[in-house]
This record gives sequence, C-alpha cells and structure tokens, in this order.
Amino acid sequence: MKNENAITVSELTKTFGTFTAVNAISFEVKKGEIFGFLGANGAGKTTAMKMLIGILKPSSGQATVAGFDVHTESEAIKRNIGYMSQKFALYDDLTVRENITFFGGIYGLSRKRIQEKSKQLIEDLGLGAVGKSLVGSLPLGWKQKLAFSVAMLHDPQIVFLDEPTGGVDPITRRQFWEMIYKAAHAGTTLFVTTHYMDEAEYCNRVSIMVNGKIEALDTPKNLKQHFEAATMNDVFLKLARG
Amino acid sequence: MKRFTGFVLKEFRHIFRDRRSLFILFGMPVAQIMLFGFAITNEINNVDLAILDRSKDDTTKEIINKIAASEYFSIEQFLDSESEIAPVFRKGKVKAVLYFEPDFGKKLIQPGRAKIQVVTDATDPNVASTVSNYIASILQSYQQETRRVVEPEYQVVSEVRMLYNPELKSVYMFVPGVMTVILMLVSAMMTSISITREKEQGTMEILLVSPLKPLQVILGKVFPYVFLSITNAVVIVVLSIFVFGVPVNGSLFLLALESILFIVTSLALGILISTISATQQTAMMVSLMGLMLPVILLSGFIFPISSMPLPLQLISHIVPAKWFIVIVKGIMLKGVGFAYLWKETLILAGMTLFFIGLSAKKYKIRLE
Ligand SMILES: Nc1ncnc2c1ncn2[C@@H]1O[C@H](COP(=O)(O)OP(=O)(O)O)[C@@H](O)[C@H]1O
Ligand SMILES: [Mg+2]
Repeated sequence: MKNENAITVSELTKTFGTFTAVNAISFEVKKGEIFGFLGANGAGKTTAMKMLIGILKPSSGQATVAGFDVHTESEAIKRNIGYMSQKFALYDDLTVRENITFFGGIYGLSRKRIQEKSKQLIEDLGLGAVGKSLVGSLPLGWKQKLAFSVAMLHDPQIVFLDEPTGGVDPITRRQFWEMIYKAAHAGTTLFVTTHYMDEAEYCNRVSIMVNGKIEALDTPKNLKQHFEAATMNDVFLKLARG
Repeated sequence: MKRFTGFVLKEFRHIFRDRRSLFILFGMPVAQIMLFGFAITNEINNVDLAILDRSKDDTTKEIINKIAASEYFSIEQFLDSESEIAPVFRKGKVKAVLYFEPDFGKKLIQPGRAKIQVVTDATDPNVASTVSNYIASILQSYQQETRRVVEPEYQVVSEVRMLYNPELKSVYMFVPGVMTVILMLVSAMMTSISITREKEQGTMEILLVSPLKPLQVILGKVFPYVFLSITNAVVIVVLSIFVFGVPVNGSLFLLALESILFIVTSLALGILISTISATQQTAMMVSLMGLMLPVILLSGFIFPISSMPLPLQLISHIVPAKWFIVIVKGIMLKGVGFAYLWKETLILAGMTLFFIGLSAKKYKIRLE
C-alpha cells in the first residue's frame, strides 16, 4: 500500500487556540497524480499543506508523505519533497543564476549538477537574456515559473504548490499548467492548492475544502456529474451554499 | 560544509547589495569614533575669556599673563564695569568673565581674603564647570610658585592625580563605549533584521522545508555578522590607537577574546529579537529601544553609573553592555588582566548562555 500512495492523510486536525483551521481531513494522493486541493480563501489549505511538509505540527491525526510520518520523520520528508509557498519566495536581491545556485546548494546538489540544471532551466524558461538580472526586476509570471523550477531542482518525488498561479495573467497560468503536466508526466506527484475553480479541470482528482473540512473529493468529471453542474465553479457554488 | 559556504556567500551578497546595511556596517563605526574622538569632548581649548580687573596691580597682571599664556584660554576683551558683563555673555562668544576685586594684590598678602570671581556661561554646563576648574588650578599653581601667601603652620594640600587617563582625555572614555555600541548594532540589530527579513519575504519557510536544519540556518545567518563584528572591533581599536593615541595597556589577546564573547552575547540577543518580531521594522525598533537605549543610557558609556539613582543602578546590572564596558576599560586603560576581570566575564558569559537558551526555546516554539 505504501508504494501506491504518495500521501495518506487520516483525521488530520489543526487548531489555533479554540479555532479549528483544519478539521479532521482524510484523503490519499496516488503516485504521479495531480491532486487539486481546492477551497476559498481561509478554508485551511495552507495550514493543511504546512502540516504535510513538516513545518507545522498537527494537533491530532495521522499523515504520511512519501512513506514518512509527519509526526516523527519530518527530516526525511523534507529530503523528498519540493515546496513553492503561497508568497513568492526567491531572493529578489540575487540574480536568477545565484538563486538557482543557492537553492541547489542547500539541497546538496553537486556543482556540476547545479550548472547543468541551471543551464537547462534557464533555456526551458527562456530566461537566457535575464540570467544575470536580479530576480526582483522580473515580471511576476516569470518569477512564479522560476520559483516552481527551483522547487523542482532536486527532482523531488512530490511537489507541493500553494496557489502557484495567484495573481498571474491567464497566458502565464496556461504555461504554468503545462509545466505541471510535464512534471507529472515525468512521474512527479503534484499537490496543488488553488482557489481558481477553472484550474480544477486540469487536475486528476480534486478535493474541495470548506471551513476546514473536505466536503467533496473525486475526479472533476464525477464531481460535475454528482452535483449536476456544468463547470467546477458551479460545483463549488453548490457546495458552498450547503 | 559546502552547503554552509553557499549559505554564507549568499548572506554576504545580501549585505553588499544593500546600501543601508553597508552604511551601518562600515560607515557608522568610523563616523562614530571620529565624532566622539574629535567633536564631542570634555576638553577645552582656546576658550574666550573677558577680564574685569578692578585692581590693576602687579599681581593681577601676572595672573592674567599666566592665563593668557595657557593653551586653554584666550583673552577676548577687557571690561571696565560690572554692567558690561551681561551684554558680553549675550553676544555668546565669551564663555567666562574673570573678576578681580579692588586691591586684589594687597589683600592677597593676608591669607584667605583676596577674591576673584569666575562668572561662566552655564548654557553649556560642561564647558562652564571645566573652565572654572582650569582657572582654579591655574590660580593655585600661581600661588604655589610665588609663595606670597603666608602659609599657616598646618596645611592640608590635596594633590589630585588622575590615574589611567592623566590628561582626562574624553576619547579614552568613549572608545570602550563606541566599541560596545557598534558591536551591539552590528551583531544584534543587523542579525535580527536579516533573520526577520527572511521571515517577511517568506524565504525562511523555504529554508525550513529544505533539508537544512534550523540550527544550520541560524548559524549561516549569523556567521557573516560574527566576521563583520570582529572586523569592526579591529578597526575601532586600530583607529583609537593610531588616530587618538588611546593606549591598550593590557593584553590585546584578552581584549579580542572578551570582544568575541560580547559579540556572541549580542548575536544571541539578535536571534532572540528575531524570534519575537514579525517584520524588519519591528526588529529594528525593538533593537533600538531594547538594546541601543540601555547601552547608551545605562551602561556607563555616557552617564556614570555611580551617580545614577539606585533603581537605575540596579537595572544597569542586567545590561550586558555595562559589563563589557567595564572589561574593555579595564584592559585598555588600566591594563589589568583576567585575574581582575573574571567576575565581569563570568557574568557576561552567564547572560550569554541564558540568551542562547531562551532564543533556542523561542525558535523551537515558533516552528510548532
Ligand atoms: N498561525 C495561525 N494562528 C491563528 N490562526 C491561523 C494561523 N494560520 C492560519 N490561521 C487561520 O486559519 C484559517 C485558514 O488559513 P489558511 O490555511 O491560510 O487558509 P487558505 O490557505 O485556505 O486561504 C484562516 O482563518 C486563518 O486566519
Ligand atoms: Mg493559503
């Protein structure tokens, strides 16, 4: 069983004082899957993700990521995952190349490997002209694509993307999803949160979170059928109205 | 190790690409030491005096000549009546007026009678009290030279010797203080700002999700500042020795070790501040209010601790800078060794351990 699921979550809960941000959620993510983790702002997506990547201790419940327990093996989890946070988080005062070198370095990539990777990555993203520019000077869309590539630098088994397309124009969003597909094709498992319901259509399976609870979980097609809705947006509206 | 050097390299890039931090790191120490060395001073030089001599005899003439000959004073003008005193001060140039009563010379022969009045402009109390002290000592030496006073059979002569800083040079006082302020500024404030910047930018989260351990992250952030603080300490000591002639009477090696101890204290404080501040602004304010102010006001840097009210004296004991200043003064000016400073060192080391423990605990809680 361990080998089929990239992530298993059971009754995972996080409370801040008396407020329950994540309320006993359970689900599984299969290897190589693109799993959409949907929900409105404040639903608890980021909090749930932070527990899975080992930077927030769960209040109760169980979860394994890449076969490792979130309570006891967070160091092992960290070696096997990539993470792109909701907030753009590369160093604005370093150049594109310096960012790549730095993050490659902290993941322990060899110098040769870093060189290969950054060459390939800069080519893929068409960043050749700006390789020596400070990241702060790039448009947001480019920054986001760069941040994703940096999260993938060490070829992790599972990549967690927290609202990767937030505030990005539609064309860049399309390109971004192409990158996600490419990664999935190469065997990476992708765990993606978003509050854009149209993006749910691109996922293999989606869960919809409302006020800390998972209210629906299936393929986009089944969800639309089940809720007799034409689009995922309608599914969401029906769920939100209760 | 390779990860660590990469981290430190990145940290130096942040520092060297930010004008503000460059200024604090390299501009401030030099500016402060120059400021305190040259501009802010308790010494007086060529202070302008006015003289109102109602006696005009040989004695007053000799005294006036003696004062005029000293490098501390220059005689700006002679007055003819008391009514001129106030206007002369209002003009502002003259800082003190010397008033000899009529028949000064004659009265001087009878002990304890002759009066000389020193009227000073106390809008600058430091200058005023220094001027009157200097004049008093010039008069005293005049009396001793001439022996015109009939000496009583018994006389208590108090001879004051200023140990460790015979010429009362204020730069001697300020060097230990400036060194303390700079090390605090660089170690505590700069580190707390640079760590909170990572939090504010969201990059701290990325670092914590990486295989780097939290301790490695903190060490990587802190290391460049250890290096820069040591550089600063060296610059300050070199400047004070070669530009201001402040002696290092004790062991340079001990001074270096104690400085490193204080740098570690400050770094621990910086890390502690970064765990309680969410933004760079907060970190800066907390550092300035919580660290700089006590260093400047309560450490004995500017205001002597012994003349503070008791509650403030007690508070000063928990200011780490106070102990460091005592240590630096001990080594540089008194030339004493570890045998005399072990108590202060122990206190500082104890505080350091306490801060390291506390920030480690806070840092863990933050990650939960
Ligand atoms: N550290 C925290 N302390 C208290 N409340 C928090 C904390 N982090 C998040 N929350 C609250 O938990 C809820 C879920 O937040 P979040 O997981 O960021 O939502 P989402 O990512 O779905 O927009 C929000 O109401 C938020 O205010
Ligand atoms: Mg979120």
